[in-house]
Amino acid sequence: MTTQDVKQVVIDIIADIAPDEDLSVIKEDVSLREQLDLDSMDFLDIVMELRKRHRVEVPADDYPRLATLASCVEYLTPKFIQ
Amino acid sequence: MYDAVIVGAGMSGLAAGIRLAMFDKKVCIFEKHSIPGGLNSYYRRRREPLEERKFDVGLHAMTNFIRKGEKGKPFSKLLKQLRLDYDSFQLEEQSHSKIQFPDAILKFSNDFELLKSEVARFFPDDYQNFLHLVETIVQFNELDLNATYQSTKELLSQRIKNPQLVEMIMCPLLIYGSAWENDMDFSQFVIMFKSIFLEGFARPRGGVRTILELLTKKFLEVGGEIKYRTPVEKIIVENKKIKGVQTPNGFVESKQVFSSMGLPETYERVSEGVRLPMAPAGPLSFTETILFYDKKVPLEQFDSTIVFYNNASQYRYQRPSSLYDNTSAVFCAPDNYHPNQRDGEGVLRITYMANYNLWKSLEREVYLQKKQEVLADSIKLVNTLIPDFDGNVTFSDVFSPTTIERYTWHKAGAVYGSTEKSRAGKTPIENLFIIGTDQGFVGIVGSILSGISISNLYGLMGES
Repeated sequence: MTTQDVKQVVIDIIADIAPDEDLSVIKEDVSLREQLDLDSMDFLDIVMELRKRHRVEVPADDYPRLATLASCVEYLTPKFIQ
Repeated sequence: MYDAVIVGAGMSGLAAGIRLAMFDKKVCIFEKHSIPGGLNSYYRRRREPLEERKFDVGLHAMTNFIRKGEKGKPFSKLLKQLRLDYDSFQLEEQSHSKIQFPDAILKFSNDFELLKSEVARFFPDDYQNFLHLVETIVQFNELDLNATYQSTKELLSQRIKNPQLVEMIMCPLLIYGSAWENDMDFSQFVIMFKSIFLEGFARPRGGVRTILELLTKKFLEVGGEIKYRTPVEKIIVENKKIKGVQTPNGFVESKQVFSSMGLPETYERVSEGVRLPMAPAGPLSFTETILFYDKKVPLEQFDSTIVFYNNASQYRYQRPSSLYDNTSAVFCAPDNYHPNQRDGEGVLRITYMANYNLWKSLEREVYLQKKQEVLADSIKLVNTLIPDFDGNVTFSDVFSPTTIERYTWHKAGAVYGSTEKSRAGKTPIENLFIIGTDQGFVGIVGSILSGISISNLYGLMGES
């Protein structure tokens, strides 16, 4: 999977868990929490959906690594390749 | 073998079930009753074959009202977490409600400006104090689980001069969710203040059934199972760990159990001699009268949705020393949620605080007679609040604390549960968790969020 694919995976998940958000204007390096109305419950859902859809595990200690779209891609891409 | 068994198909149980099943857990809900709902349910009464009526029981209103698209509020969190659509709730807003005491009336609606202007009008000397209090409430982090108990009455009395205003503000918040008499923890007060005064009341078209249908449908869609008429008789524990539950159909093995029965009700059913903390049955229960009229109340005679009525010098939120206390009441006109439809039958609901022990001790015959007295008092209150209404009662029903106990299994008919709560949802038994009323979030939105938070915390985040 390319980094572009991984980015799309994350965006697709956010679109499903927060259908009211406009995702066309997301800035990659700004925290998702700041740009979108996402709370810790929503981050849990991102993690749960990654597991459910792609069998990718994110341990609780690594949740902070999902802070921005760029950090998501950096952290998750190696997991998709494995 | 289930990943999780949930005790009770009420709001919290269904919500927890949806969350767990959504992420591929094998989940089964066991419900004692033949329909879902628990404390917020409905029932049928048939007088003649063609004259069947369904009655909503439980809350008169759904709190935490938001408009479509509003973000960061409890109700919007609930929608996201359960993947439900705002429109599917078909919310109808209250017209307005009021707190009616002998010397003052405060109206409030889903626009907070109304309450502010009412306080300015009736309590001008305290208006600035009230605004400062609201500021404190808005800033307060009510979800801090480390917060220690703080008496609301004490805190409000320090900040507001007129004790009548303190009582009037507290009245709806106490009777819509306090398990404690006459006072409540300040963080609980803040939750209630925001949900009732800052957010407001609405009701789904179709009443509580609309919500229950949405939740059960979702739960089944994501792969959950529900077994009705199946009480959990024992919670089976070995070496302080959950093994499963015992039902009339046999033993059911499960890794986790989420119980919405209430704390004393749950502990009572734990199989093994574990030393469990004391959890008393709550002191507060109610009677409720449901009146059907041959027409709706004309809006020019009465256009409020809910009246928090008190006719005594002091508001007593406590177990009365008599069967019920008719000096105060909650009076609900469900027809005034959609004030545009005025034809068809009218409905009014009247709630009094009641003493469970006294109701429980009555012989059958006296019990029925006392229910007639509640009915007569309720009709009298209709005449007091709407003196010009000339509708005729076509159908009525009264339920008592013992009715509540029979259908909800809550000890002593304690609608708001035990005075002991398990705020973090944990028990001394590994993998046994408390959701719903005795976790401590109350109301329809509160109990749904209770099921969501506790199942997230221990059912989803725990592993990985």
